[in-house]
Amino acid sequence: MKTALYASAAVVALAAFGTTAAVAQSRDTIQIAGSSTVLPFSSIVAEEFGNAFPDYNVPNVAGGGSGGGKRQLCEGVGEATLDIGNSSSKMSASELENCHANGVTDVREVVFGYDGIVFATGIDQGDFALEPVHLYKAIAAQVPVDGEMVANPYTNWSEIDPSLPDQAIFVAIPGTNHGTREVFDIRVLEAGCEAAGLPEMEEDAMEAACLTPRQDVVVEIAGDYTETLARLQSNPEAIGVFGLSFYDQNRDTLKVATVSGVEPTLETIAEGEYPVSRPLQFYVKGAHIGVIPGLEDYVAFFLSEQMAGAGGTLEAAGLVPASSEFLAAQLEAFTSAVQYQP
Amino acid sequence: MTDTTLPTNAAGNATRALVRKSLARRHRDEMLFRWAGILSIAAALGFVAILFGMILAKGMPSFWQSTLHVEAYFDPELIEGGPRPERQAGASEADYQKAISDWQRAVTLSNWNAIVDKAVRTAAPDFEIETRDLLKLVTSAARFQIRDLYFANPDLLGQTVPVTMLGSANTDNWLKGTIDRNQPDERQQLAVSTRQLADQLVANGAIRFDFAWHIFTNVDSRSAPASAGLAGAFMGSLYMMLIVIVLAVPIGVASAVYLEEFAPKNRWTDLIEVNINNLAAVPSIVFGLLGAAVFINYLGLPRSAPLVGGLVLTLMTLPTIIIATRSSLRAVAPSLRQAALGLGASHNQTVFHHVLPQTFPGILTATIIGVAQALGETAPLLLIGMSAFIANIPANPLDSATALPVQIYLWQGNENRNFFEARTSAAIIVLLGLMLLLNAIAIFLRTRLERRA
Repeated sequence: MKTALYASAAVVALAAFGTTAAVAQSRDTIQIAGSSTVLPFSSIVAEEFGNAFPDYNVPNVAGGGSGGGKRQLCEGVGEATLDIGNSSSKMSASELENCHANGVTDVREVVFGYDGIVFATGIDQGDFALEPVHLYKAIAAQVPVDGEMVANPYTNWSEIDPSLPDQAIFVAIPGTNHGTREVFDIRVLEAGCEAAGLPEMEEDAMEAACLTPRQDVVVEIAGDYTETLARLQSNPEAIGVFGLSFYDQNRDTLKVATVSGVEPTLETIAEGEYPVSRPLQFYVKGAHIGVIPGLEDYVAFFLSEQMAGAGGTLEAAGLVPASSEFLAAQLEAFTSAVQYQP
Repeated sequence: MTDTTLPTNAAGNATRALVRKSLARRHRDEMLFRWAGILSIAAALGFVAILFGMILAKGMPSFWQSTLHVEAYFDPELIEGGPRPERQAGASEADYQKAISDWQRAVTLSNWNAIVDKAVRTAAPDFEIETRDLLKLVTSAARFQIRDLYFANPDLLGQTVPVTMLGSANTDNWLKGTIDRNQPDERQQLAVSTRQLADQLVANGAIRFDFAWHIFTNVDSRSAPASAGLAGAFMGSLYMMLIVIVLAVPIGVASAVYLEEFAPKNRWTDLIEVNINNLAAVPSIVFGLLGAAVFINYLGLPRSAPLVGGLVLTLMTLPTIIIATRSSLRAVAPSLRQAALGLGASHNQTVFHHVLPQTFPGILTATIIGVAQALGETAPLLLIGMSAFIANIPANPLDSATALPVQIYLWQGNENRNFFEARTSAAIIVLLGLMLLLNAIAIFLRTRLERRA
């Protein structure tokens, strides 16, 4: 009994000692977090980076959404904070201000490719040829009818436009923590709003009218795309919003809608024909370069032809690649410490 | 007994009639209750059976995975870097390490895909297929696997040796029919030629469904999902469980003994007792928030570290152990204490020599149940960054790691649904297996200790 007591006491002491030792020890693994759209790409690069550079650890990549990634990046400088924040939307001026206020003054942006936002239904559903205005009329809380704003009366897609299938409206859109939502708001809802021809009103009221989703048949998904997919499986009539790469890997259960007559593919997005696309980027904390080993090499490796380039590993995973000149320019800007300006 | 002892015959008869009349109803009530009980147990068991059945049916196929058995030729024309550098006489250790590191980099940059390509073609020499489509057949980790064989044994240069390579996740989906094989080409993940080659290789025996040991030995993988395994998560969970046992048991038992045996009974100890009971009911996510705020932000411990996870889970397990230990201390017969005190043992001796040993089975059960609960805990770990993608096996509790339940959560969210649905269930089977094992150990130890006591 006594020995057991002594042993436990010793172990407790050891654990306490280990704790203090931990604080002194420096971190040698890159920490990345943020956008769930960027997560698969970032993880693949991290893993290949570990394979190609055996002297570095495989970086840790966490999710949490674009907003979460940028917020964590801006928490401050030091080993307990993030090195890279993944984001599928640009850092806003207020987010950058928050960064500066917390002492994170050196923020560098790296754009590594593009992604399309696609609208998909269950595989057995009707064919959708969507226009932004259709989506706006299906999603907005208030829509114009005969020049008056009224609570959204539509319950069926064919009521919005006879060309659409006779199918009940139910849409799963990304929550506000996702970068995808921002692009969706700008490229789909605002565009659709303009096309719908709202009556004259103040700018703020206009923005609210365009961007406020209804609550009855629109669900905002805070989790990742698997959650959206689960919604579609439980309600086959639903339309879900996905990233192109997610759709691509689940083509056997999802049917994609065209937007403005263009089908989302790597080619149509790369050429800018498909309207709902956005650049993917990550933000690097400059103060950690040279402190956390491998940070610069990771960025260079990410932007290399074999990863982000055309025909590279990330293209196979569903990334819409940028041109090699563009990638080279991004690397050049990163190494010469060009600061991010919103 | 005669009728005369009853108050009056008429009244007795009336009572008996009343009893008899209600007898049938009371029997019926009892029957109803019994049946309701049996039904509710059957329903509960039925749900458990459905749950386990579904998980087993989904997860078991994942333990056997399409594996290629082919001959690989370590072509001296393709492998760069030359022979492994020998240690020169007089060269310093640092120089030698640098030479090795340079050599490894050069070897890594060789065209390993070409070697994989040739190796697969040996199994189907007449099959015409483009290299790009062929490489989709095997996991992208295959090239590193073959490179590692070469690292381990540079004498392989110029030799042909049998190797095993995992089929890619999409090959596995195709061969197992996870994606309906009748779906049209544009909905399939693999090119027509790749699918035909896969079928041909299965027919000629080059692809076999081997037991997927790598689920237990590999770390998580995104770039080569077929080779994703649980080793990293398992080690993370193991470290956390060790920390929980090492911290929660001594602290918990000591607090319980003090509170139960030594502490004066007053308002303060009442308050402490109420709060310990409250603590046991606090949702685990709150402990996660606390861990993130105190251990990571204030104390500056590393994110995603099993040490932090272990500390958070310790806080969560402590009340369970304190409460269980106190109730087993209370259950010890007072005669034992009185006998010990009567024979002149001090208070301390009574507690530590006579009372506490009686409670070991109880403490042990509480510990194992607490640990099993901590093993399955996910929510607090998400908040301290243990939900990251981590492809290293943690070497110590300060390295980044995930845990088994978090790995299940991560795989559940993977975009390759067709492959990872089965893999997620496989991970659940492993976790449930561990839980059952822990509970079995608890029962075994308890019966043993109880017999001795």
